[in-house]
Amino acid sequence: MNLFGLIEEIEKVDPEFQDRISPRRDAIKNITSFGSKVAVAALPFAFSTLFKKAYGQTATPTVNDVLNYALKLEYLEAAFYNAGVASTLGFSATEKAYLVTIQGHENAHVAFLKSVLGSAAVAQSTQGTNGIYDFTAQGTFPTVLTNVDTYFAVAQAFEDTGVRAYKGQAGFLAGNQVVLTAALSIHSVEARHASAVRYIRRLRGATTTKPWISGANDTGITAVNGNYAGEDNLIQGGVNITSLTGVSGNFSTAIATQCFDEPLTSAQVVALVGPFGVK
Amino acid sequence: MKTETLIENADVNMARRSFLRYAGAGAAAVGVLAASSCSKFDDYKGNSPAIMNPNAGVDIGAKGDLAILNYAYALEQLEAAFYIQVAATPYTGITTEENALLTDIRDHEVAHREFFKAALGTNAIKGLTPNFSAINFSSRTEVLAAAKAFEDTGVTAYNGAGYLIQNTDYLLLAGKIVSVEARHAAYIRNLIAPGSFADNTALDANGLDKTQTIAQVLAIANTYLTTKVSASNYGYVAS
Repeated sequence: MNLFGLIEEIEKVDPEFQDRISPRRDAIKNITSFGSKVAVAALPFAFSTLFKKAYGQTATPTVNDVLNYALKLEYLEAAFYNAGVASTLGFSATEKAYLVTIQGHENAHVAFLKSVLGSAAVAQSTQGTNGIYDFTAQGTFPTVLTNVDTYFAVAQAFEDTGVRAYKGQAGFLAGNQVVLTAALSIHSVEARHASAVRYIRRLRGATTTKPWISGANDTGITAVNGNYAGEDNLIQGGVNITSLTGVSGNFSTAIATQCFDEPLTSAQVVALVGPFGVK
Repeated sequence: MKTETLIENADVNMARRSFLRYAGAGAAAVGVLAASSCSKFDDYKGNSPAIMNPNAGVDIGAKGDLAILNYAYALEQLEAAFYIQVAATPYTGITTEENALLTDIRDHEVAHREFFKAALGTNAIKGLTPNFSAINFSSRTEVLAAAKAFEDTGVTAYNGAGYLIQNTDYLLLAGKIVSVEARHAAYIRNLIAPGSFADNTALDANGLDKTQTIAQVLAIANTYLTTKVSASNYGYVAS
């Protein structure tokens, strides 16, 4: 099979074909290395997967769609931590250090995604009102930039939601060594952030908050119920985790929900971050 | 199966010495279990008749999703065994808070292990015998350093192997687990040094977690395993 001859033919009909399957022209190399590693007999399968990704149901996003979706969320998070660090909120020195670390990562993620997307990257100025977000989410969190506890509660919701958002996109990037691996590697950093913010909240007195998510919405803030919808799922791959035996009897519902994080669809996430100004 | 039940029921106050003696009994039980499945699954897993020896090495098998899931199963077995011992013999000076959260982590890892065992069914590799003789479980410093290494390695392993998973349902399951490992890693790191939850020993300059290949990860994991794990179809054979 002449893979590249075929791609050229497709490009005559659809000039954006390469963008559909990979974000940058040089990323096409990824296909070469992927192809060289699979048996020739498996190529038709690999190629059909590629086509399914490129031209599948309208609900299937392109790689660029996924990356721009991620970029919009990173823009929001970066701006949120930039605002928090620049604010006069009374963080302790330790808390401030945590925030500065997270701030650095979110801004690095923005830079990384923009560099991968190149000219296809969504501009930050298209978000919010001329690039300015409403961190109160249209009045839901009026004290977000004046009350430390509110600030951390919103931070936790952002991080946990970010983890869920990346997780929900993994399937669209299956087999793509470069892009999937990068997405997974951001995804786990968001989880580190979520753990750290939850730990700070625990130290600040939210004693039922653990670094991991217990059941559906363990924050005690009903305004973020949607951010945790489905986290109380007990069934993984057809196995009910509470039917399994641990060290002392069957796993509790709390443990069963803590040990697996759940995804959110892009539609769910967009609805959740819309009030902050994400477009 | 017997082995896990035995280890899991270990008295929390059991001294380290008796745990080690007890681990030996567990190894014998694994042998019985492995023997019963020898004839049936040898070929699939590429194991030699040496499997009759409970400590003989295992291979994650032919290239494909089952191999990657068995790779994850092997890592979860190792993590579970580690935290079972941590909870059974708490280090000197452990706080109620630390004990509670480390016990949570133990349960998460045991749940991951049991999940993979149930999901893989007859395709699962056998139970592995760990060897933690290099770790002083009474030392907070040593236990947390080992925990950090296990968690960070787990994150690099899942992130590094994700692209090898073809079935998107399995990929999602791996994603559901890796973020929990990352939560553990961050918590352990903050116990060691507040604010080190994602420092540049874990992340690259772009703010991405580092990744490792199957060969790199198994080389590390095998230093804590009596039962060596190989991935001959992914370019790694335990020495």
